[in-house]
Amino acid sequence: MTCDRLVTYDAGVTDDDAVFKALADPTRRYLLDRLYERDGRTLTELESELEMTRFGVMKHLRVLEDAGLVVTRRAGREKQHFLNPVPIRLVHDRWIDKYTEHRVAALSDLKKRLEESA
Amino acid sequence: MTTMTAQATQVYQVFIRATPEQIWQAITNAEFTERYFYGTRIDTTADRRLTQWEKQVGEDPVLEWDPPRKLVHGWHSKWNDELSAEEPSRVSWELEAQDDGTTLLTVVHDQLEGAPKTAASVSGPGWTRVLSGLKTLLETGEPLVG
Repeated sequence: MTCDRLVTYDAGVTDDDAVFKALADPTRRYLLDRLYERDGRTLTELESELEMTRFGVMKHLRVLEDAGLVVTRRAGREKQHFLNPVPIRLVHDRWIDKYTEHRVAALSDLKKRLEESA
Repeated sequence: MTTMTAQATQVYQVFIRATPEQIWQAITNAEFTERYFYGTRIDTTADRRLTQWEKQVGEDPVLEWDPPRKLVHGWHSKWNDELSAEEPSRVSWELEAQDDGTTLLTVVHDQLEGAPKTAASVSGPGWTRVLSGLKTLLETGEPLVG
């Protein structure tokens, strides 16, 4: 199995910027949702789901690949696109947990107290 | 939210600021795996991959052993009866050193056609938690909490 990577990763490798940028576009989120439904799709398959030129879809896929959210692999003559959820997990661990932890804890404490006093 | 049919081939990728040798050690040595792999102790040699989680032990064949570049082994979930009744699948780990001192780790879990429940159980948080935990452990020396 060979991994077909087109992208040169430089300073952006461990940077969340590329992930946020990639997610900040409805077409790219739409493409991720399509891959979430069914992975391993080709450009032609993905293109058929969008009213956009092949070039436009390629451009969006490129941004998703740069951010590590899409990984391509060759299977025979086909280039398949896979959703890679790891960068989203890392953003989640770094940014979401940090801000939601205390609120969730406060709510679960509140629930516990209300249930105890009931 | 759309519903998901778990995929028969799943691909995961992460850059880790560590050498391929360090990552190889962390994925084949139980002292490391128990800190990021849901507490599972996993010892892998050229012949087999031994897993131990609480009192359950398992053994999967090693299909390719090329340290520190590529490891391919069988996968047979054993932590509940429903999953263990399914057919075995396959996991490949590929490690590629990058020019900037990081290593690109690619995990491919495939041949899941005969194991749809296993496919569902390893997708979503399954592999992503393992890989983000492995990254955190190697980069900071601390396992992820929770």
